[in-house]
Amino acid sequence: MKKEEVPQDKGNLSKNNIKELCYAIDENGNYTTALSSGWEPKTIALQNSLQDINERIENAKEEIRKGVSSPIVYFMEVNKMDWVTLSDYVGMWIWRIKRHRKPAVFKRLSHKVLSRYAEAFEISVEELKNFKSE
Amino acid sequence: METNFVHHQSAHCENGVASNLLKQQGINISEPMVFGIGSGIFFFYLPLLKVNHAPAISYRPMPGFIFNRAAKRLGIRIKRVKFSSKKNAQIALEENLRNNIPTGLQVGVYHLTYFPDEYRFHFNAHNLVVYGKKGNTFLISDPVMETVTTLTEVELEKVRFAKGALAPKGQMYFPIHIPEKIDWELAIKKGIKNTCRDMLAPMPIIGVKGIRYVAKSIPKWADKRGTKVANHYLAQMVRMQEEIGTGGGGFRFIYAAFLQEASAVLKNDTLYALSKEMTLIGDLWRDFAVNASRVYKNRSNQTDVYNSLSKELLHIADLEENFYKALKKAI
Repeated sequence: MKKEEVPQDKGNLSKNNIKELCYAIDENGNYTTALSSGWEPKTIALQNSLQDINERIENAKEEIRKGVSSPIVYFMEVNKMDWVTLSDYVGMWIWRIKRHRKPAVFKRLSHKVLSRYAEAFEISVEELKNFKSE
Repeated sequence: METNFVHHQSAHCENGVASNLLKQQGINISEPMVFGIGSGIFFFYLPLLKVNHAPAISYRPMPGFIFNRAAKRLGIRIKRVKFSSKKNAQIALEENLRNNIPTGLQVGVYHLTYFPDEYRFHFNAHNLVVYGKKGNTFLISDPVMETVTTLTEVELEKVRFAKGALAPKGQMYFPIHIPEKIDWELAIKKGIKNTCRDMLAPMPIIGVKGIRYVAKSIPKWADKRGTKVANHYLAQMVRMQEEIGTGGGGFRFIYAAFLQEASAVLKNDTLYALSKEMTLIGDLWRDFAVNASRVYKNRSNQTDVYNSLSKELLHIADLEENFYKALKKAI
């Protein structure tokens, strides 16, 4: 990559006034560094991932509406977590937290267990318990 | 309290922290040099391990490897400490700052307040330096940012004790022994040999063979799992290759910069020529990213596009195989 080819596209970085460092060659073929404000293929790739997360969130909402899933699934997706990450944050085995996605099991959870989830999701126990998917 | 520390921006967090910490100790070492001596170029493909709901593809070794290997080869000793108690982790860090030791930390990205929201994923192998404390705010030098920043006590505790895969467990590290004389030539040669060995490893999921494995899998992703999943996998791959931290082209440009520097230290012209070759390979990786992004943007449904991406990647693998063979001979 030549120094003048270092991409300066608008994207998620430029929006936040952040520039990243790239390595490129100058006119004499020597390596130097240059700042880049973003690159379109990267922006598209990131957008694709974020869209994927949004679809998961919508899915979770749909499942809660249908009474198949508990709010845990929704907050897990909103916080970009997967089962492994959530299990580590709440300090419970994966098979146990996977059980908690059943609405019937979720309803019977003690305040203590719920508060662990609430802490991981950075919300209150009330918000978790009373979450309504509209 | 504030230590005498100068912030330099870098492409990759781990090399950047390493280079910044060593510069503070009076060793003038650039980011590409840390990367090259620490054998930072790597490739692995683990189809069964899923990260962000896509198979794990990495362009670098495990976090911590680069700095550890570079330090070992330069004769520098680094102390690494993990903590089970959050309180002790903060006390130890403050003790270091009082003794004028800027300290490297492994942190999780998700709770880093100064990162843009879009970049906050549960990724726990980010690195930064704490170089001071004012009131209850820590002074932070994050090598991927242009300037220094700050985090409160609570915020820092959160990122140091992020949970999930590769949890940092409050890990902090700092150099404790610097040799009087450094044998740069030996360190560079060791780094290059290690890289050639890794990339030419006779294992299907590692190095050049790993790249071929991915290349052959791309059309299969589309056949077996449909275009939507295949496009998601490709997007994840491009992110690993190009997102903040690789310096572009899956670290190829940083490595080319290293070879150029190394050719001057070793007075070896072949390395200079190989640096140019690596730049060209890096450009091909960039082209691959462009073409892959076109595929998932247009949502084109022909299996042909996946086959042509696959061919492109196989071509890169061939070039890289020859490259590492030549590199091995050059030193």
